[in-house]
Amino acid sequence: MTSPQAPILKTSFLLVLLVVLNSAGNFFFGIGMKRIGALPSWSMAALHSAFIAIFSSPWIWLGIVSMLLFMVALMLVLSWADFTYVMPATASMYAVVALLGHFVLGEPVTRLRWIGVALICLGVLLVGHTPPSTTRKD
Amino acid sequence: MRTAIALAVLVLAGTGGDLAIAHAMKRLGEVPSFKPAAIWYFLGRAFRERWMWMGIAQLTLAFCSLLALLSWEAVSFVVPAMALSYVTGALGGKYFLKEQLTRVRWLGIGLISVGVALVCLG
Repeated sequence: MTSPQAPILKTSFLLVLLVVLNSAGNFFFGIGMKRIGALPSWSMAALHSAFIAIFSSPWIWLGIVSMLLFMVALMLVLSWADFTYVMPATASMYAVVALLGHFVLGEPVTRLRWIGVALICLGVLLVGHTPPSTTRKD
Repeated sequence: MRTAIALAVLVLAGTGGDLAIAHAMKRLGEVPSFKPAAIWYFLGRAFRERWMWMGIAQLTLAFCSLLALLSWEAVSFVVPAMALSYVTGALGGKYFLKEQLTRVRWLGIGLISVGVALVCLG
């Protein structure tokens, strides 16, 4: 079993990695799906065309790779840290995604949304001050 | 209406999937090191867990819903709205995973939820 200090360091490292990978994944999916456009209908032919378009998009594949790496990092950190610690801590990605959406995709972000993002970041800081694991038996 | 349905599927299936995977990881125990061999061995054990596959099935459903949502809604709306799952996840963590949620952790999760509501209203 690791020392009490080690989990904090490696938990922090993996949380940063989770935020970066999840932000990148959602950002790539956003670009990919915007290029493909909304489904014209829910018919089998339309779904088939959308399926082909989605899995032919390099942006979607970049998103998938990012999300697979995110999944591995998530599995590792959940092997010792609380789910209710890890998941809220990753919410800081919203600030990253809002910035990317606004400055790269040109999406509008209102003042109310920015306040929301600030509250999310404050909440993440509070959760970050609680012990990473409440179920460890060492 | 279609946005509400897709968001509900995304949040509920996403939370269920995350909880199932968290439960599988807790059953395996802490990964001993970050060496590639240790990580491969850990992943190999993980994919023999029934809870892992239940989680993957639910996350796949959530992923399909995410792609559909992103095709008609802005990414700066969809991604923050997904944070609704922090509330359902907190409840799942407390009652399913038996984690101890302190007052500070609840407060943090509460602020995140309010932040999400503001982001969606904005």
